[in-house]
Amino acid sequence: MPSLYLAANRFGLGRRFDDPATDDPQAWLLRQLEDYDPVPAPIAALPGRAAIAAAYVEYQDDRRAMRRNAPDDVAQKDGTGTAMAPELQRLSRSAIRAHYVDAAAARLANAVATPTPFPERLVHFWSNHFAVSADKLPVIGFAGNYEFEAIRPHIMGKFSDLLIAAVRHPAMLLYLDQAQSFGPDSPVSDRIRARGRRQAPGLNENLAREIMELHTLGVRTGYTQADVTAFAKVLTGLTVAGLGRGAGQRLMPAGAADGDTVFIAPLHEPGAQSIMGKSYAQGGADQAEAVLLDLARHPATARHIATKLARHFSGDTPAPALVARLEADFLRTGGDLTSLYRTLVAAPEAWGAEPAMFKSPWDWTVSVMRSLKLPALGDRQNVPALFTQLGQPIWRPGSPAGYDDLVATWAGSAAMMQRVELASRIAGRIGDRVDARQLAPLILADALTTQTAQAVARADSPGQALALLYASPAFLRR
Amino acid sequence: MTLSRRHMLISGLTIAAAGAVPRFAYAAAATPRRLVFVIQRGAADGLAIVAPTGDPAYAAARGALAEEAGGASLNGLFTLHTALAAGAGLYRAKQAHFAHAVATAYRDRSHFDGQNVLEGGGSRPYEKSDGWVGRLLTLLPAAEREALAIAPAVPLALRGSAPVATYAPSRLPQADADLIARLSALYADDALLHPLWDSAVKTQELAGDIGGNNGRNGADLGKLAASLMLPADGARVMMIETGGWDTHSGQRGRLTAQLRGLDQLVGALQAGLGPAWNDTLVVVATEFGRTVAVNGTGGTDHGTGSAAMFFGGALAGGGPVAGGMVSADWPGLSAANRLDGRDLKPTRSLESVIGAAIAHHYALDPARVMQTLYPDA
Repeated sequence: MPSLYLAANRFGLGRRFDDPATDDPQAWLLRQLEDYDPVPAPIAALPGRAAIAAAYVEYQDDRRAMRRNAPDDVAQKDGTGTAMAPELQRLSRSAIRAHYVDAAAARLANAVATPTPFPERLVHFWSNHFAVSADKLPVIGFAGNYEFEAIRPHIMGKFSDLLIAAVRHPAMLLYLDQAQSFGPDSPVSDRIRARGRRQAPGLNENLAREIMELHTLGVRTGYTQADVTAFAKVLTGLTVAGLGRGAGQRLMPAGAADGDTVFIAPLHEPGAQSIMGKSYAQGGADQAEAVLLDLARHPATARHIATKLARHFSGDTPAPALVARLEADFLRTGGDLTSLYRTLVAAPEAWGAEPAMFKSPWDWTVSVMRSLKLPALGDRQNVPALFTQLGQPIWRPGSPAGYDDLVATWAGSAAMMQRVELASRIAGRIGDRVDARQLAPLILADALTTQTAQAVARADSPGQALALLYASPAFLRR
Repeated sequence: MTLSRRHMLISGLTIAAAGAVPRFAYAAAATPRRLVFVIQRGAADGLAIVAPTGDPAYAAARGALAEEAGGASLNGLFTLHTALAAGAGLYRAKQAHFAHAVATAYRDRSHFDGQNVLEGGGSRPYEKSDGWVGRLLTLLPAAEREALAIAPAVPLALRGSAPVATYAPSRLPQADADLIARLSALYADDALLHPLWDSAVKTQELAGDIGGNNGRNGADLGKLAASLMLPADGARVMMIETGGWDTHSGQRGRLTAQLRGLDQLVGALQAGLGPAWNDTLVVVATEFGRTVAVNGTGGTDHGTGSAAMFFGGALAGGGPVAGGMVSADWPGLSAANRLDGRDLKPTRSLESVIGAAIAHHYALDPARVMQTLYPDA
């Protein structure tokens, strides 16, 4: 029988204390693909894009007022870049920060409560694949909304739909500077030059490069610098309403609300562009869509996605045969994601005898919380601060590549000590009300070793027993 | 009575002084050499950090960004970024060296591949599974081999056959000694967890009293690093990670903040290490540079050639990477002299500069150092 431990930890987010026993773990996983809820209760309760955009606009207005009142204090600060310390302090009290904190708490609450942990793991996987990072000021408020509105609704559909939703969300457009990229020969740039401005706004190739390198084809797959530049030109015109300053904002369509993704034709680089040997002569926003659709079904993309999924569900060095099956599946179905998940569940390579991966701080914390009927953390626990301490700040990987997905990424000596310290703290709070000896076989199932069972049984207190369980080799892994 | 109390007081002072003197004398006689590698992840803009203000093409290419270069004039050609005040002081004291127009063997523009080459020391991405610092450890005497990264896991640069500890500042309450001992027993047969846990325990013992320091700004990080390197059984080789150098937009404010942090980090290292600073080499390097021209969003895009920085009291003694110097075989910034028409053209390999500095610092045979650190160079 396939391992219940692997189904629960490798595919899921850890056994819940009230999970029913199952004698068919694979069927349990496949059922979850149908029961998946893209908008579960904790997330449905959050405010939408308009409220987040309003908070950002208000913040910008405050800043402008501050600059008028105390020009020296803000003279060197830059509204688009990393906030500096005093500004961060202010920000931490502001509405933008509150959106981030509430969204992070909702993400955690949902991961702990969900009856469909396999799809939830896939949400986290895709959110990290199409990573934005909330260390850039305009991204902070939108980071949660990005996962909830661009990722969650599309994880069971086509890869191309997921790609287009991710690329078009304001968080991505702001994070990778697309919102400020102007076609160098666009009507707007021409006009600015005609007026004799020293430096016309221009092209920013950040989003174009990362779509090719990270989201679709993968690095070193044959595209050139010229392809990146041409793709950056194709993407011009795509921007976010209401959140920036300067020429672009005056051209927003009349009906656009702050925070809407919009296409502004006068910012778009006119003419056909050639990318990887193919010419795209479409006009306006259709041009970007045509390129994205081609990138989404490119064989290099199939291989890239197959490799990353295989690694996530079988270990650092996935078997070439598994990658090949996923790749063929991707190409045959035109990037049908549910089909890939079914292939993974059926793959013998994903059901190896030993847990091959080391849980990320997120995986580990969520699995601790799922195992307990009592709340593991206090009501006043600041969720983002906890994950920052553990080394994996939520929606803040610090780079568009997201967090690495290797054993060496998370298995560090400091990381282990931090987990043991947090396990001790949780044990101190509730250890006297939980019997780790009964919990161990329930949550580690077939992976409970004699050594761990003995260590738990011989602990000097119930709290120490619980800490030993959460720090045991099988619980640290997946 | 009064006399007796006075006497006791004086005795106490005498004892304290007697205890301190020999320790100090040992330290002064032969402090082991120390190495700090500060990686700048994200491609730091060498053209803004050590600005070639004397290049005739500089001001036009850099536009508004050229105004950043208001700091110390290093020589006729180069000006240091205004945020590097401590760095300028070290330069005047012949304890700073800047190597310009350098690059690793990597010639594309992906951060992750570029960092892989910078850390691994290979000629292509993903060629090496260990790093140049990790391989250096095999050349060092046992007393100088203790290595530590301020990071949650071991960065590639430090990976290799020698054990390396990691330390990430934690504000969580510490686990008790009995639990730690039981976990040591539980991990005894686990090939992955056993060595990680051993070094976690050892580091926690060393770091005991700095748990409250979260290392979030440069000065704290430098202070923390110095406190981990100063004890007799502390780290001798240290790696510090810094991010946030990828300034595609709004570069002026962001880079100034970054460099202020780096400057304080170096200043805090110098202050914290005290006399040991004289036997310390700090290497600051990034995966590649940034475009000569400014982009449409007040930033710069991924480039090639950049600048590396070297700090430490030992540089005042001269050598191939001597303090108080900028070394560069300057290619010029005019469009015709750029790489691919856009980047600062690298004229020396970063590997050769780091190799020479390391060989001199440890008084090792330069050829052997190059062969171990950078076998493909």
